[in-house]
Amino acid sequence: MVSKTDNTVIVVDPAEALRRARQGRGYWRRVWERLRGDWGTLSVIGIILLILLAAAFAPFVATHDPMQGSILGRLKGFGYNGHILGTDETGRDLFSRIVFGARLSLITGVLPVLFALVIGGFLGVVAGYFRGFPNSVIMRGVDVLYAFPSILLAIAITGMLGSGLTNTILALTITFIPPLVRISETVTSQVRSLDFVEAARSSGARPLTIIRFHILNNMLGPVLVYTTSLISISIILAAGLSFLGLGVTPPDAEWGLMLNNLRSAIWVNPVIAALPGVMIFITSMCFNLMSDGLRQAMDVRL
Amino acid sequence: MVTTTITDAVPGMTAVEQQPLLVVRDLRKHFAVKGGFLGRTQAVVQAVDNVTFDVMKGETLGIVGESGCGKSTTARVIMHLIEPDAGEVIFDGQAVGHSDGIGYRELYRNVQMVFQDSYSSLNPRLPIALSVAFGPMVHGMLRGAALERAASVLGQVGLDSANFANRYSHELSGGQRQRVNIARALALEPKLILLDEAVSSLDKSIEAQVLNLLFDLKREFDLTYIFISHDLNVVRYISDRVLVMYLGKVAEIGSVEAVYTNPQHPYTQALLSSMPSMDPRRRTEQAPLTGDPPNPINPPSGCRFRTRCPFAEDICAGTPPRLTSRPEHGISQQVACHMHDPSSGHSRAMATEAARP
Amino acid sequence: MSQDSILSVDNLSVRFRTHEGIVHAVNGVSFDLAQGEVLGILGESGSGKSVTLRAIIGLLPREYASIGGRVRFGGREIQHLSNEELNAIRGARIAMIFQEPMVAFDPVFTVGDQIAETIVRHDGASWRDAMRRARDLLELVQIPSAKRRLAAYPHEMSGGMQQRAMIALALSCNPQLLLADEPTTALDVTVQIQIILLLRELQRELGMSVIFVTHDVGVATEISDRLAVMYAGRFVETGPAVDVIEQPRHPYTDGLLSSTVLSARQGHRLNAIPGAPPDLMALPDACSFAPRCRYAEEQCLSGVPALSPITRDHATRCLRVGEGRLEL
Ligand SMILES: Nc1ncnc2c1ncn2[C@@H]1O[C@H](COP(=O)(O)OP(=O)(O)OP(=O)(O)O)[C@@H](O)[C@H]1O
Ligand SMILES: Nc1ncnc2c1ncn2[C@@H]1O[C@H](COP(=O)(O)OP(=O)(O)OP(=O)(O)O)[C@@H](O)[C@H]1O
Ligand SMILES: [Mg+2]
Ligand SMILES: [Mg+2]
Repeated sequence: MVSKTDNTVIVVDPAEALRRARQGRGYWRRVWERLRGDWGTLSVIGIILLILLAAAFAPFVATHDPMQGSILGRLKGFGYNGHILGTDETGRDLFSRIVFGARLSLITGVLPVLFALVIGGFLGVVAGYFRGFPNSVIMRGVDVLYAFPSILLAIAITGMLGSGLTNTILALTITFIPPLVRISETVTSQVRSLDFVEAARSSGARPLTIIRFHILNNMLGPVLVYTTSLISISIILAAGLSFLGLGVTPPDAEWGLMLNNLRSAIWVNPVIAALPGVMIFITSMCFNLMSDGLRQAMDVRL
Repeated sequence: MVTTTITDAVPGMTAVEQQPLLVVRDLRKHFAVKGGFLGRTQAVVQAVDNVTFDVMKGETLGIVGESGCGKSTTARVIMHLIEPDAGEVIFDGQAVGHSDGIGYRELYRNVQMVFQDSYSSLNPRLPIALSVAFGPMVHGMLRGAALERAASVLGQVGLDSANFANRYSHELSGGQRQRVNIARALALEPKLILLDEAVSSLDKSIEAQVLNLLFDLKREFDLTYIFISHDLNVVRYISDRVLVMYLGKVAEIGSVEAVYTNPQHPYTQALLSSMPSMDPRRRTEQAPLTGDPPNPINPPSGCRFRTRCPFAEDICAGTPPRLTSRPEHGISQQVACHMHDPSSGHSRAMATEAARP
Repeated sequence: MSQDSILSVDNLSVRFRTHEGIVHAVNGVSFDLAQGEVLGILGESGSGKSVTLRAIIGLLPREYASIGGRVRFGGREIQHLSNEELNAIRGARIAMIFQEPMVAFDPVFTVGDQIAETIVRHDGASWRDAMRRARDLLELVQIPSAKRRLAAYPHEMSGGMQQRAMIALALSCNPQLLLADEPTTALDVTVQIQIILLLRELQRELGMSVIFVTHDVGVATEISDRLAVMYAGRFVETGPAVDVIEQPRHPYTDGLLSSTVLSARQGHRLNAIPGAPPDLMALPDACSFAPRCRYAEEQCLSGVPALSPITRDHATRCLRVGEGRLEL
């Protein structure tokens, strides 16, 4: 019964292995290492950064005054008289309007989600950590809001408050609070039931300390992934509100509003008419893809 | 007022000397099983039911019993991680959570716990030095000093901090992780450590290392242990006294010597003879018990072991047995069995009573 | 190789390709299993016990597991069988039981249906006969009120009962070889001993061969005729259970036995083996126990020692013991 063994071995450098172990590779470091190898997600993040930069430096990027119209040059195609992307229904430069429109579109896409993250995350952590009475109060409240589809909720709130930028942001914030409370509550109560939280409790730590040291850093990953996926929804919802005339008011440039104004041009110059829609699509798609990429890198299972 | 009444109730100790470090009196925890429409309470799990015991300074009390018998719940109630329904926990003569006793923070400075799952009991997002330093920081130590303390405790459990302090839990082996958990408990310099299945998930060769570590630490720091395990061999090795639990109740308690060589409760006897034989020439031929432990939801009336007990009689279904000690065992061994209570009316109790000179 | 062996494994090796590197899970396992013999494989977590069993029954994922060596069962090589042929052998002639009984059962069907279904599929019996056989099987594995239990769903049974039902399922087609992967590890001691005794009795009555994997020396002692001690994917010692337990001939076996709390005296430190098992991604070309071995010498690092016989059927993979230079 004597057997010959085969002796293929892998060589690792023990000194290198030891050095890496000593440093300790924390969670965020490993997330970064995984992200670094993911070209798809990196390029999506690159596109988002480009759009953000363009919006931030809109006056420098834009080639024309976005408000300056022209009776003669209405709804012209690409490259007409120095207008890279043509002109809109009042002859304003479309490229410049899209660049400036990115400002409002991103603000209405990102800000409500950020506000909702702070408020919803706080409520979710409270509900998830303390359970019992605070939990039932918060979660029942959330359930009431959940009864309405988000688009209806947003329409109803802006309908009540009236249109305008602030009201749009407010309406969307309220719309996004329930899902963020839900996810934070779920993740928090999952983390809370792990033994290390019990261990922290049995060192006599107060709830706030435990939340700061042990809960937040464990719930951040999943909640962030979910939050980025909400941004794309928020961009679309905000555009939808403007499109319906409930959001940003003319003559401000905003992609949803532009889409609405160009609607009548669909038979004259369909390519031009669709441009704001294409921007909405690309941007929200990028946020969505980024969310998927982060989910993988952060190893989040929802 | 508490301390005076308990000394005579301590099994395994000659009555006078020390006062117990921890006294657990009539501890009870029932869980409601919710379900159905509107989450009404459907049934009650009597996880811990009137459990009473003492732990003396410097000893190791082993708690054994089958899965679901309430060992972990007992530990968690002692730590006040869950609130007991009834009963008292008295640490060093002071009732916990009473106005004239000690508060929880004070309790936690003196009593620490090591959990079974070495992985989930470490925060994956913190380097282990910070996990260990957390306790001292909570008790007012500055971060720098706490990290220094962490480094020295890590050294005491055999992990040199230069190599390990900055690692994360996933970068450690199971044995190393459990060492970190022990270090975390030690960092507050407690007097009593509750070890809930602290070595159960480890391999035998690693288990031996960790048991040695516990052995050394106990001697060095004058620690007292409550060692919970379902492994009877390990409990025998490490404990001075042992408590046998069955379905939330104490079946028997006494010195390891007495309980292992002269078990009195039929359950203890069955448990001990269920241990696999280590002698290939003398294997077990007959299973001492048939069937599985009954469901802790709606446990049997009277004595909970009666459904599997070969000696069960009517009396066993009627009244739950009291934990009593028999004179010939001194106070070193107490049993909750009608057969050992001369006044119970169990036929065997009479028989043994009569046989005694 | 003996004539009456029903299973013969020759230089079996298994490695897994993973993101981090290649895991050398099994590295040259060879043994013969006689008809009616119980082989216990004793080893710590990660030593390759489960992988060995899975390789024997052809259950490893072919996409990322590469298997070397030969496994012959009933004169046929397992590797060369098609999936259909493998399926015919699995369940009918080789059966496997697991630590977690729920993996063997589908939660949406009753226990009786699942056992009967297996019988119909492999034996072509009628449903009525199959149901009757299923009841007999449940009685055989000592499930009380077997008839009623036929209609129970797996989750309605306690852990010990599920384990018995899984054994019944495994026995449903009279297998010649039963592979048991720690079937008692999750059970309480009082139930564990019942299951061990049941398996022993069934094995004797049915004349099955059994490979029983465990990390518990006591359990291995209770069930095995022959013992193989596994470390880092290799058998480091094989022999009759009595010999291995009473006279271990490998420093690892010796350390394992003397570090168990049984051999220790209360109030004394245990005789623990220092260190930890090797990284299976970077196995040295040497005795894999050498870094933890107190008898190790220069020579131990010069190559993987062979499993060499000491007596007729007791073998060790230790150079020094093999050459008679070390008495444990
Ligand atoms: N939070 C809870 N809610 C409801 N039931 C619970 C809860 N915690 C424990 N139980 C029940 O209480 C009983 C005792 O559980 P406990 O965890 O104390 O057992 P144990 O002796 O530690 O078992 P093990 O050896 O499996 O760890 C079990 O039946 C369990 O299902
Ligand atoms: N599918 C797989 N892919 C990659 N690695 C695997 C796979 N299955 C097993 N391994 C690795 O192979 C090695 C041996 O595993 P195996 O499951 O055989 O151990 P074991 O002896 O059964 O241990 P245990 O007592 O924990 O069950 C381990 O290091 C394990 O991580
Ligand atoms: Mg437990
Ligand atoms: Mg296994």
